[in-house]
Amino acid sequence: MNEAQRLVDLIPRLRRYARALVGDRATADDLVQDTLERAWAKLHLYRRGTDLRAWLFTVMHNVHVNRVRAARPTDLLEDEMPELAQRAAQSDTLLMRDLDRAIARLPAEQRSVLLLVTLEEMSYEEAARTLDVPIGTVMSRLSRAREKLRSMMLGQSTTAKLKLVK
Amino acid sequence: MSGSMGEGPITEAELQAYADGRLAPARRRAVDAWLAARPEEAERIADYRKLAEALRSAYDPVSAEALPSRFSRTRVRWRRYALVAGWTVFGFLIGGIAGWELRDARQILAPSPDVGVVMARRAAIAHATYSPEVRHPVEVGADQEGHLLAWLSKRLGAPLRAPKLEDMGYSLVGGRLLPGDNGPVAHFMYQTQKGTRITLYVRTEAAGSRETAFRYAEEGRVRVFYWVDRKLGYALSSGDIGKDELFKVANVVYQQLNP
Repeated sequence: MNEAQRLVDLIPRLRRYARALVGDRATADDLVQDTLERAWAKLHLYRRGTDLRAWLFTVMHNVHVNRVRAARPTDLLEDEMPELAQRAAQSDTLLMRDLDRAIARLPAEQRSVLLLVTLEEMSYEEAARTLDVPIGTVMSRLSRAREKLRSMMLGQSTTAKLKLVK
Repeated sequence: MSGSMGEGPITEAELQAYADGRLAPARRRAVDAWLAARPEEAERIADYRKLAEALRSAYDPVSAEALPSRFSRTRVRWRRYALVAGWTVFGFLIGGIAGWELRDARQILAPSPDVGVVMARRAAIAHATYSPEVRHPVEVGADQEGHLLAWLSKRLGAPLRAPKLEDMGYSLVGGRLLPGDNGPVAHFMYQTQKGTRITLYVRTEAAGSRETAFRYAEEGRVRVFYWVDRKLGYALSSGDIGKDELFKVANVVYQQLNP
């Protein structure tokens, strides 16, 4: 199989992931373009027979981390995450238009895991390989990401409930 | 988080896997039973599933979008990357794409304000100067190729080779030494039996130069493909043959210099 064609075939998925990762279209496509150029330049490092998609997403992850680092020297730490105003629970209708913003508020490391697993539907092992972290880290980041997203989107986190009880 | 970790054999990781529909059936049933007794936890997991659905429905349309034109442009550029960075991997691609690539090459390559442009211009001038020479096209002829290469290698401070282009119909005429911006330049001349000439301009690059893809320039009537590979910059020039053919020769030159 021809890696070049497979890379090209993966562009729509890269764009989908990038859009969710960085939000706006132009920045996302810049990221995809940088990723693809880097992937081409590094393709000789790709080992045939291994997972090309995971390899490509690893390249994208690294490109993204470098871009973010270059753009602002200190990324927001998880603990410093600004609190969002709790929204009232809206039956089971998700506020789609707020999804972008909520995802953007996730710490970067949690966002990547959540998107690789839910959007890209990678196995936990693949996500761990892609991000070069242990699988336990993937699971804990996934759990934290979901709980944060849930609290932002649905206003139903356990903390929110505790606050309501007071 | 929820206290679920300590309450039994069901772990938080398993709940995540359950939300993703990735648990083996036996465990799934265990989690079903566990959640049945814990409505809050069941609600939490249900929310996770809704969030995943919302994510997919929000972003799936992106992957169905027609690719913006920047990516078809990029695709051409990658293929040039491929030519340089992964020739052995991509050699088989070239025949098919070369023509298409060349059609687009000018628009993509035109704005390349780097030092390579200067090299291309120098190479074009050297080509225009020496290729019409009848009696003295080269300083050292191909009959003394060993001497020629040893001499030029010594002056440039890098081991040089003259590509063999007989299969393309070009035989080495010889070479000469030229002054250049970064020091001495090696200039090789080839010609067909009919006397059509191409020249290869080889110069040393400053330390830390990046490898580049093939680039194309036209200086007057001279067409030039140029690229940087490791410590050397190359420019292949012709005033007589078309861009497509020159591109093919440039590919062969590149291959031979990077076995």
